[in-house]
Amino acid sequence: MTVIEARGLRKVFGKTIAVDGVNLHVEKGRILGLIGPNGAGKSTALNAILGLTQYQGELKVLGRDPWIERDQLMRDVCFIADVAVLPRWMRVTQALDYVAGVHPRFDRAKAEGFLAKTAITSGSKVRELSKGMVTQLHLALVMAIDARLLVLDEPTLGLDILYRKQFYDSLLNDYFDRSRTIVVTTHQVEEVQHVLTDLMFINRGRIVLDCSMEEFESRYVEVMVHPEQLAAAHALKPVHERQVFGRSILLFERVDRQQLAGLGEIRTPSIADVFVAVMGNMIGNPSGQAQGAVR
Amino acid sequence: MNTESNAVPDSPLGSPAIAPTAMSEPRPFYWSVRRELWENRSVYVAPLAVAAVVLLGSAISLVGLPRSVRGVAALDLAVQSAMLAHPYAHIAMLLVATGVLVGIFYCLDALHGERRDRSILFWKSLPVSDLTTVLSKAIIPFVIVPLIIFVTTVVLQFIMLLMSSAVLLATGAGVTTLWARLPLFQMQLVLLYGLIVLALWHAPIYAWLLLVSGWARRAAFLWAVLPLVAISVFEWIAFHTSYFGSLMHDRVGGFVAHAFALRQPGSGPLDPHFIPLALIAPGKFLSTPGLWLGLAVAAIFLALAVRLRRYREPI
Repeated sequence: MTVIEARGLRKVFGKTIAVDGVNLHVEKGRILGLIGPNGAGKSTALNAILGLTQYQGELKVLGRDPWIERDQLMRDVCFIADVAVLPRWMRVTQALDYVAGVHPRFDRAKAEGFLAKTAITSGSKVRELSKGMVTQLHLALVMAIDARLLVLDEPTLGLDILYRKQFYDSLLNDYFDRSRTIVVTTHQVEEVQHVLTDLMFINRGRIVLDCSMEEFESRYVEVMVHPEQLAAAHALKPVHERQVFGRSILLFERVDRQQLAGLGEIRTPSIADVFVAVMGNMIGNPSGQAQGAVR
Repeated sequence: MNTESNAVPDSPLGSPAIAPTAMSEPRPFYWSVRRELWENRSVYVAPLAVAAVVLLGSAISLVGLPRSVRGVAALDLAVQSAMLAHPYAHIAMLLVATGVLVGIFYCLDALHGERRDRSILFWKSLPVSDLTTVLSKAIIPFVIVPLIIFVTTVVLQFIMLLMSSAVLLATGAGVTTLWARLPLFQMQLVLLYGLIVLALWHAPIYAWLLLVSGWARRAAFLWAVLPLVAISVFEWIAFHTSYFGSLMHDRVGGFVAHAFALRQPGSGPLDPHFIPLALIAPGKFLSTPGLWLGLAVAAIFLALAVRLRRYREPI
């Protein structure tokens, strides 16, 4: 079943094209990571999906037009936006009462169960909680909603490493199953690498990479090249090169693994490395080498 | 909706079963109004605070009561009622003024605060329509505040009456004059009528303030007031007329003239402190074109506010 279907999605702010003809097709049961530099159009695309912003082009989320039918859509869609948006005056119990009062698919007992595992006390006001705890509270509310699509826009921004780890652990262990779909944007790509099923790079409003994680792993290979093999390696046209402790690490796209195995130690690259390579190449450096060497 | 009464709270993921507490049909409007009251406690705290101050002041003023009641007894009956009614009427007027202030400041912040603190993203992540949200905010000055003012005033007036009676009995002055001549029930009916009239008459003002609070990025108060002042001034300078100004003036304070018979046959001008029940004129009020025009304008402003909220983002 298709959860998100976008064709030629476009959004212009004045003279800035935030989203420039994006095609998107997300099936049920996927966890899609939307990765891109600041200002790439990630949040704008998500806002369009959530019915928070008007757009041009075709967009259907769970078969609905988000701009026209936001309130209906929100029965089946949840989102956590880039920073804590829970109102600071609200008490934890009020948040539970309110969501239970307006949301037909909210399971209050479940939310209380999640909260019991945290240090959050039910009488606290949001303003009294730490940033990590506010995120925990929001996550507890969202995970207790039996939604079909969860959208996370930089959900772990500003959280310390313990909260970040816990965030994705809870999401995977207590929430995600094959009947749900998650779309997440983040800069902390190393944390989501093992969470995602699909990956999408977006830059200047355009999608520059769109593949499943299986495809990603077979498509990109990183080789720590033996110094004497460097010339042979370069002949295979690496998409990126960087230096670590004096050794050259070359990134190859769609090159036979057998062939590369002879050049050095091969491994699956991190999303971050491929991201740097792809974005570096887009800036106008065809091989991306200088870009990589600097980083 | 699953209505199984003993649904297991930890129902398996993906099943539509919902915990017993969440089983009732969601009531977004009811809970949105409650949310407004959680957030804006001034809606009831301000009237209560004013009531507390009034109560304290009245308690002290009770010292002189026995003497003034004895003085009143010698006067004409109608004048007696008016004299005794004055302190009670003052309380009512004070609380009504508090209610108007609370309503104005509530409206100016209602659609602005949620953008300022970014919580609009949270509210919009829930299945509550913009229409429900705006109406749940509009009902505060239209219904909730007048109701709170009415109940607070009535309770306060009864407490005053009890305190006065206690003092009169203690000093041996007797409560007969007070109880016989004070038209408290009548005054409370007039107050209720007045509050309804006021809410209907001021509806376009509150709707305008809500619209501006949803539109302005900052300084909502200035945006709400300055354009109106500018139009008045422009009209005065350009045409030496003041139709707009009088329109505004009528909208703010004209309800008394429209909703009450101004002169009692064979008596002097209306005493604003004590309006007898006989002077209320609902028929006259309902046939005032300004009322219906005002309500139509209010409806347009609210519709615009609903429309606008769809486009609104954090500021």
